[in-house]
Amino acid sequence: MTSPNTNIDGQTLSTLVIRPPSSWTSIGFRELWEYRELLYFLTWRDIKVRYKQTALGAAWAIIQPVFMMLVFSLFFGRLGKIPSDGIPYPVFTFCALLPWQLFAHALSESSNSLVGNQNLITKVYFPRLVVPISAVLGGLIDFAIAFVLLLGMMLYFGIVPGWQIITLPGFILLAIMTALGVGLWLSALNVQYRDVRYTINFLVQFWLFATPVAYPSSIIPAQWRALYGLNPMAGVVEGFRWALLGKSDSPGALLWVSVAVVVVLLVGGLYYFRRMEQRFADIV
Amino acid sequence: MSEVAIRCEGLSKQYRLGQQESYKALRDVITNAAIAPFRSLRRSLSRNGHAIGNRQSAIDNRTLWALKDVSFAVNRGEVVGIIGRNGAGKSTLLKILSRITKPTTGHAEIHGRVGSLLEVGTGFHPELTGRENIFLNGAILGMRKAEIEKKFDEIVSFAEVEKFIDTPVKRYSSGMYVRLAFGVAVHMDPEVLVVDEVLAVGDAEFQKKCFRKMQEIGRGNRTILLVSHNMSAIRTICARTLALDRGRVVNFGPTAEVIDEYEASVAQSVPGSKSYETETFVVEEVQVVSANGPVIKTFDSVAIKLRITAKADVIEPDVYVGIQTPDGHLLSALVCRDFCAAPAMSAGQVMETEFKIESLPLLPGPYEIKMHLVDVVGYKFEIVPSTFPFEVVESSVYGGRKIDRWFGQIGLDATVSVQLEEGALAKSVR
Repeated sequence: MTSPNTNIDGQTLSTLVIRPPSSWTSIGFRELWEYRELLYFLTWRDIKVRYKQTALGAAWAIIQPVFMMLVFSLFFGRLGKIPSDGIPYPVFTFCALLPWQLFAHALSESSNSLVGNQNLITKVYFPRLVVPISAVLGGLIDFAIAFVLLLGMMLYFGIVPGWQIITLPGFILLAIMTALGVGLWLSALNVQYRDVRYTINFLVQFWLFATPVAYPSSIIPAQWRALYGLNPMAGVVEGFRWALLGKSDSPGALLWVSVAVVVVLLVGGLYYFRRMEQRFADIV
Repeated sequence: MSEVAIRCEGLSKQYRLGQQESYKALRDVITNAAIAPFRSLRRSLSRNGHAIGNRQSAIDNRTLWALKDVSFAVNRGEVVGIIGRNGAGKSTLLKILSRITKPTTGHAEIHGRVGSLLEVGTGFHPELTGRENIFLNGAILGMRKAEIEKKFDEIVSFAEVEKFIDTPVKRYSSGMYVRLAFGVAVHMDPEVLVVDEVLAVGDAEFQKKCFRKMQEIGRGNRTILLVSHNMSAIRTICARTLALDRGRVVNFGPTAEVIDEYEASVAQSVPGSKSYETETFVVEEVQVVSANGPVIKTFDSVAIKLRITAKADVIEPDVYVGIQTPDGHLLSALVCRDFCAAPAMSAGQVMETEFKIESLPLLPGPYEIKMHLVDVVGYKFEIVPSTFPFEVVESSVYGGRKIDRWFGQIGLDATVSVQLEEGALAKSVR
């Protein structure tokens, strides 16, 4: 070829090379960035469609955490006399239920996302990472709605957050990254092993009890508390309470353990996903 | 100017049988893992024996080369057709070129932005409105939001859905749905466009419109790869055509030549092989031909033609022709004697029998013809050892989407109507 390839407008054409699967591929952040609009539209679709043809609509975003709060307050707070670090128990648990719901929703949605979008995966090319990421982001709207309710409750109980509230976005990000880290592994596994679908409910339930939603992490003996951070959601929930309610101590070592776990989960998940992705269309 | 737009070198794609359709349950993997040590034990035992050859062939049986060593190059601005029977590897090739799946070996190079259109309306969501779906579908096909906004009016008028653009597409008629989906697809503006049998949708008027659009795209120095069973479409649009058979390139050249050769091979005749011979008769030739062209579609007028020679004198010959699925399930059969009496044959004489079926009710898929030849007077009832394969190609049988094997074997000459009852409407809608 003597002349370089140019398109009609005289711009140089990009060259695409198609090769057999390789065992290590880069994450492809640049391509992901190019497809950011698709990410936006898929997230928007999920949000738009979620409450179509429901009588209560977006109220569902509040109903679930509110009922869980009522049940927890009654059984754990009132009857079980679980301590709540000096905070009114309903606020104490609702503040934890918000990031929990965000996480649980994001985890189950992202794990099922590839299988749920298999018609796309077998017919169109786009970076597959867009699918689980958009599934995770879709839960943010529900979170925002329920968050308004939390602010109302804090007002009612006369709780004013301190300067720590500026760290809140960091904890939201941590919750999302935890869900994505686990969701990447599970969604890729789900393509090949549909057992994953049945594991998720169980996993979420189990995880809820391992997370300080209904109880404070202060009931864990101090020497074990950092280890408790191996559950990244423990770091998230304690972080939320610290940032919003201000009364418990800053999560400290527990938080850093959580962050480290999330980084490992996420990076591993990304590479595993990219490696498996090359065969998704063949086996889904 | 002959810059290369697409170059494939030795592309092959191997599927493990069943892999395409089914996923594994973890249980199976665990069972396999549990059995594996015993298997390797058995293997090492048989290595001393002589069972290795068998094992090897067992492995080969479980894999399928959907594409084998495919190499070709397409120049910029060329419109190339791809033809072949079902299972020839056309779709696999397009899937590799549009990066949905990866080749097992070989590589391909594409210069320019690739747009692929393997299905009309991928990602359409029934709950969203026409307007919303245009943006969603456009983004899925790789268009930018600004680009979609620019072409929005053009898409809407192409699809003729102006009035319903803010109605959820689940309320659309199938025609409107297809028009909108196709409208979005033809307005993406890639340098290389890869299209699978999507022109077969919609009514005749709309199909013509799509053709014109495709030709227009082709003239704009875009490169197009087009898979179709519609030979006349390929003849009109494509300058060169690639013919695939069982995963291999069998022909690549000027469209007219390639199609003529392909059509000849589809209306193929049986070589006078041993397997088409019985004690008294020899089947010289079998043909399954459609009046509407070389490929057979559902509800075509079809003729099954047989040329048979007798090895000895037969006073009252009779021919039985059955249509069955490849796994031997008999669907229907015709016996010559029920229609007319066959003349007596002397040894060496050739008899031509033609079974005409006005409207073949078989849905797309592979079929076989089995033949029994009878000497009524001599009480000889002889089964021809081999069956003759033929195929009904995929098409939009009922005028809408393409019908595939999930619809069974028999096409019904049906009409469907839907109506809301006035009284019930008032009750169910608040």
